[in-house]
Amino acid sequence: MSTTELPVNGSAPRRDMPGEIPPLSCEPLLRPGNTNCGGCGMSIGLTWLGRALEDLEQKAHLAIPACCGAVTAGAFPTTSYAMPTVATTFAAAPAVASGLASIRDLNGSEEQVICWAGDGGTYDIGFATLSAAAERNENILYICYDNEIYGNTGGQRSSATPPGARTTTTPHGKSESKKDVMSIMAAHGIPYAATLSVGHPEDFRQKLHTALTTSGMRFLLMHSPCPTGWKSEPAESVQLVRLAVRSGLFPLFEVFGGQRYRINAEPDWADPTEYFRRQRRFRPEEVDLGTTRRWARERFQRLKVLAEAFPA
Amino acid sequence: MPREIVTGNHAAGLALSMAGEANRFARGTAAGIYPITPQTEIVERVAAFPFSKGRVVPVESEHSAMGVTIGASLSGARAFTASSSNGLAYMVENIMVAGFYRLPVVMVAVNRTLGPPWNIWADQGDTLMLRDFPWIQLYAQDNQQVADLTLLAFRLAEDPRVLLPVLVCMDAFIVSHTQMETELPTQEQVDRYLPPLDLPHRMRSDDPKTLGGLVWPDATVSLRKEIHEAFDRVPMVFEECRQEFRDVFGRSPAGAVEAYHTKNAETVLVATATIATTALEVVRSRRAAGERVGLLILRMLRPFPIDQLLEACASASRIGVLDRDYAAGIGGVWAHEIRAALQGTRDDLLVQGYLTGIGGGDVTAERIDEVLVDLGQRELPGPPVWVGLEDPAPVPAAPPPKAPLVPPVPSGVEATP
Repeated sequence: MSTTELPVNGSAPRRDMPGEIPPLSCEPLLRPGNTNCGGCGMSIGLTWLGRALEDLEQKAHLAIPACCGAVTAGAFPTTSYAMPTVATTFAAAPAVASGLASIRDLNGSEEQVICWAGDGGTYDIGFATLSAAAERNENILYICYDNEIYGNTGGQRSSATPPGARTTTTPHGKSESKKDVMSIMAAHGIPYAATLSVGHPEDFRQKLHTALTTSGMRFLLMHSPCPTGWKSEPAESVQLVRLAVRSGLFPLFEVFGGQRYRINAEPDWADPTEYFRRQRRFRPEEVDLGTTRRWARERFQRLKVLAEAFPA
Repeated sequence: MPREIVTGNHAAGLALSMAGEANRFARGTAAGIYPITPQTEIVERVAAFPFSKGRVVPVESEHSAMGVTIGASLSGARAFTASSSNGLAYMVENIMVAGFYRLPVVMVAVNRTLGPPWNIWADQGDTLMLRDFPWIQLYAQDNQQVADLTLLAFRLAEDPRVLLPVLVCMDAFIVSHTQMETELPTQEQVDRYLPPLDLPHRMRSDDPKTLGGLVWPDATVSLRKEIHEAFDRVPMVFEECRQEFRDVFGRSPAGAVEAYHTKNAETVLVATATIATTALEVVRSRRAAGERVGLLILRMLRPFPIDQLLEACASASRIGVLDRDYAAGIGGVWAHEIRAALQGTRDDLLVQGYLTGIGGGDVTAERIDEVLVDLGQRELPGPPVWVGLEDPAPVPAAPPPKAPLVPPVPSGVEATP
């Protein structure tokens, strides 16, 4: 147990939570009884995705590559997904989704085709497929729940793992930086790309609505806490990713058409020490806090310049 | 029916496209396409086809070409693609998925040597490497068979008693790039032959299901057995598909197996694809000279046509199998399959494998004559014969013995524990 309390709300600008969340009128996208770990960001993300689909009276077909999200379905003959779902090979989700979306559009159907993928399937093995689908501007929504680790295989490094993080394949801390997948996806000029944090539900909801009412390729990158891989307390998941936003480690922003930028939360540059301390994947001696903070500030400054010069 | 002079690739591209077009009154059609020599003309023709309800998705790899095809098929469309050689190797993971998802997709494969080293000529090693996947495999001899078997493949794949993907194979260049007079179908005929596809397990919002989730061993066994039973039904359904083809197109498509002069043959050659065409000439001339030689042409690898094989070899005492492929450490795949099929039933038969035309070499009548001479002299089967190998590689010498890292204990001295 830690001795200091995590800042819960902080001073970062945020919208208030709606006072009361209305009950769902349909079955939730992620059914109860699934076996996801406590404090898993993906569970929150899927719940809110289901809610956004209901808000907009939309249906969806899911294409899920190998990742925790595929295991979430549970074992045959039961499934935790209340919408048609196909498990694809690790690298193939955007390709399979392209096929599904092509036939949907030829038949004038309305359902969303959504890829729900982890960072391994997005940043690494599936990246060529994702890039190609983006280049073709396929009419699909791609959501990456980025827990910065190969969670399903027990916690190996991916190119989304941040520097300093220990994984089973970086036993002394990762020495490389985290791939800036948002910049790469924005460079494809796709209609919509945005980052999401489960610590900012209203912002999360708005971006889902934007994505679900935009056509063409949409890419959402969700910072997804993983207590099992991060070696953190499940109850602290939401505070951790909130602190990542506050301290500028995970900026919340949107890119429209690869050209127009909007920043959704101004970091208050809170000290990220607790962010690292509360996750036992980080060792104090293996995280260069000074460099990390400087890098975060510079990255945000670049985003700010873009958002001011090319506002959405 | 129009007769035109076209390449094998042209015939394949047209047949695939027309089959897709025939589904325009149902869920439509889609293909993921990616070029590779010598298949490229197929996907070019598909890309240029004026589909009324279809989309051709030009992807970034063979893996994604099959990925798109799987997605389209899961959505209930008639879906297809084409590939070759290393492209098939790159696609393998998704080829397997299409089979295990029981998707009636059709792929035309142009048989090309797997590299390295780089070789673009004919060799069946690429599709034979897929032989353990749940795909029906057909091997065409010429352009007409390419056109016919491609159309038949859809009918066979989509039959509710089958629901398995089909691979239609042709030899690189010898068929793919060679023009030949071919009877091409009209769209109206294809429409009649291929009724709208209604895939029973397509993804649909009104009946949400999860495909490909975790299964326990017992369910896995059931699913595998279902595939096996579907394969058992293929020969019967294949014959029905041929009959329906005759009814619509007015001529007979090639069969899964064709036997020539095997009735009282002592020696039977077994060949596939273009080698079979040359072998038939040799067998005919030998027959004319009074020799009891027959030929069995195999056009189906999966399921393996064991019954027809046994029937064709009823009077034979020796079989020579011509393989244009090489399975490392084994020899020819077809020879291996035939030995396995005859095991316990015809143990008296001498089966000899011949590796002919590996890497696209010419298999001439003279080469096949050499095979028959060798086969006639044999008392016992031997290791695979490398036909036409003129300059065998020298056998590498064994390496000189290396000094042991730990000096041996001199004799007479007690080793210290």
